[in-house]
Amino acid sequence: MIQNEMSRRRLLGLGVGLGAVASLTLAGCGGGSSSPDRAGSAGNGGKDYTGPKVDLKLWNGFTGGDGDIFKALVQQFNSEHQNIAVSVVTYEWADYYSKLPGAVSSGNGPDIAVMHMDQLATFAARGTISELDDVAKNLELSEGDFAPTVWKGGLYHEKRYGIPLDMHPLGFYYNKAVMQKAGLDPNKPPTTRDEYTAALTELKKSGVQGFWVSPFQFTGGMTFYSLLHQWGGKLFDDEVAKATFNSDPAVEACTWLVDMIKQGHSPANVGQDADYLAFKSGKNAFTWNGIWQINDLKKSPNVQWGVAPLPQIGSQQAAWANSHNFTIVKQRAANENKVSGAKVFINWLSQHSLDWAKGGQVPARKTVRESGEFKALTEVNALAPELEYAAFPPATPGLGEVVLTFYNAFNEAALNKKSPKQALDDGVAKANKQLEDNRKKYGN
Amino acid sequence: MADVIEVGAARDDAPPPPGRTRRRSVTERGNRATPYLFLAPYLVLFGAFGLAPILFGVWISLHQWDLQLPNRPFIGLGNYRDLFSSDSAIYGDWWSSVRATGTFTLLSVPLLVVIPLGLALLLNEKFPGRTFFRAAFFAPYVLGVAVIGLLWRFLLDANLGLVNLLLGAVGLPSDTPWVTDVPWAWVSLVGVTVWWTSGFNAVIYLAGLQDIAPELYEAAQVDGAGRWDRFRHVTIPGLRPVMLFVLTTTILASANVFGQALLITQGAPGEQTRTVVWRIVDEGLRDYDAGRAAAMSVFFALMLAVVSVVNFRLFRYRED
Repeated sequence: MIQNEMSRRRLLGLGVGLGAVASLTLAGCGGGSSSPDRAGSAGNGGKDYTGPKVDLKLWNGFTGGDGDIFKALVQQFNSEHQNIAVSVVTYEWADYYSKLPGAVSSGNGPDIAVMHMDQLATFAARGTISELDDVAKNLELSEGDFAPTVWKGGLYHEKRYGIPLDMHPLGFYYNKAVMQKAGLDPNKPPTTRDEYTAALTELKKSGVQGFWVSPFQFTGGMTFYSLLHQWGGKLFDDEVAKATFNSDPAVEACTWLVDMIKQGHSPANVGQDADYLAFKSGKNAFTWNGIWQINDLKKSPNVQWGVAPLPQIGSQQAAWANSHNFTIVKQRAANENKVSGAKVFINWLSQHSLDWAKGGQVPARKTVRESGEFKALTEVNALAPELEYAAFPPATPGLGEVVLTFYNAFNEAALNKKSPKQALDDGVAKANKQLEDNRKKYGN
Repeated sequence: MADVIEVGAARDDAPPPPGRTRRRSVTERGNRATPYLFLAPYLVLFGAFGLAPILFGVWISLHQWDLQLPNRPFIGLGNYRDLFSSDSAIYGDWWSSVRATGTFTLLSVPLLVVIPLGLALLLNEKFPGRTFFRAAFFAPYVLGVAVIGLLWRFLLDANLGLVNLLLGAVGLPSDTPWVTDVPWAWVSLVGVTVWWTSGFNAVIYLAGLQDIAPELYEAAQVDGAGRWDRFRHVTIPGLRPVMLFVLTTTILASANVFGQALLITQGAPGEQTRTVVWRIVDEGLRDYDAGRAAAMSVFFALMLAVVSVVNFRLFRYRED
């Protein structure tokens, strides 16, 4: 409380110094800062910010090459905005999500947090992040500016909590050298189930196990996730009350994938990352992997590779995908200047997401995606079509752990500890208990 | 100190000098506070960072406690009941993690007590290059768990790893799933841990060995004791307090296994190598259920306390 008073007084002092321009914002500050819930409506939704200088803390989990690109963008923003200074803190994603709640409840959290789409509902339900509907409204952002799948993913209970920055789907990587050796056209990657199995048969003849199936979430689990949706299955029913990943389509998809091992297209017991390492060293021809590998492969000039949307194995197209979203963190002591500054930042970065695309992600914003400059980023652009049928997890709080149960069920099937049916049945039984626990906890 | 002076005074048969009693009572009154004052720096730290968090943990374990959800209802022993009732969502995970940690502890502790002892005995001999070998065996211990975890995950990979490649080269099966199937995953986890931490226990044994008076060995030799007899009747009894320390700390360290499983096997197959501490971390920091995580921690700490007490009793009994 004392701190709150102090900072307000300091702001007042600053505001007087800045004169008439600032007085307008100050009026807003004095009125609403006692109620954190109203923080969401601060400012003019991110069009511009004219108040006193604010320092904003931003947390993200961009530990790879994407982190440098992000920092460069932030520097550019800082130099263009004299009264907003954004400082970036980066953690590993896993640490990030466990640190954030503690930091926020002790008042040491960031002002802006980058978050995966599937985490938004959890953090919204827990009151960590605030609503951003006015940002969308005032900036006249709507579904049309973004891909509908991504745009809808930022909603929880009909309210917007995240402004999407990008989308990162699973892509189909093929090793051209290995394909050529097997007599396949390296510029015509398979796109259908028949083409896919035919290619695998050719590869097998040339002594290559062409499609290593990893039993782990990265990337076998995400491959199965995609296939399950291609077969028309869903992880959960529409109300997310029951898990449905033991439905017939799910079992069929799982069986198809596990049979890759039985038919000798993949070795058994593939280790973490082994599928990708084998792909790079020419022992594996196909791998379904995240879009983020594009940058890594570009650093490996010895590997002749290509990337395409996932082939359609089931009855429809579908691909695992996730999306980075900007969120504004609720503070114990609300400061409306910070909130409006944060909104300006989010809007600015969203418009500059072409540079972000160079970090290996598909920009969420349509104008950026359809610009000629983005089309010039051949590989990333190759995966942009997946945006239309990307399968994002539903917005339900606490779903992260339930989805891990799904991945663990696949792990048991892929390691041949259980039959696909048995593994998925057991997984669903456990997932249903977890969903029930979550309903008690989050009360929905 | 006071006792010694008193005994000395009594033996002296001299009357206490005048005024001494009064002075003694003053110092005695001072004495009552003095030990606590000397203990204070540690007691304050222990109270603030040891005792208080433990008590707070017990308190949390009686609630449905989430750092950020506003209502944290008191549910009594509900979290503990969940650990024992087969229809709770965490029952299966919890007991499978207890089984995993138990398996790891049972397999690793005997090796981590015996192998370092052998190493220490060898490194205690005089031979050229002794210092080098002492350093070499201790070296892995200075590496962090992240380093050894990643290193061995790649070395042990079933299809691309060096271990299987070498096994294949000498005509042994080259497709052993070292990190994705049991019992191989246990062999890997225990083997890596033994390689990693043996050096530490060996150094402690080595210090213990150097504390045993050489006269005892000489006397035993004079009495005609052979190498084995000297080991059994001089070395082992001389090392008993050190062994108690090594055994206790090794059991606790093994029961706390987390990083190796997380990095090398990732819990595979399924969740069979997912350990208790991992479970607690997930429950508290990933699923934000501090109440359940605290209940698990309290229950686990009690189990370890029982094991440690049994351990101490056993050794004290033998000493008597």
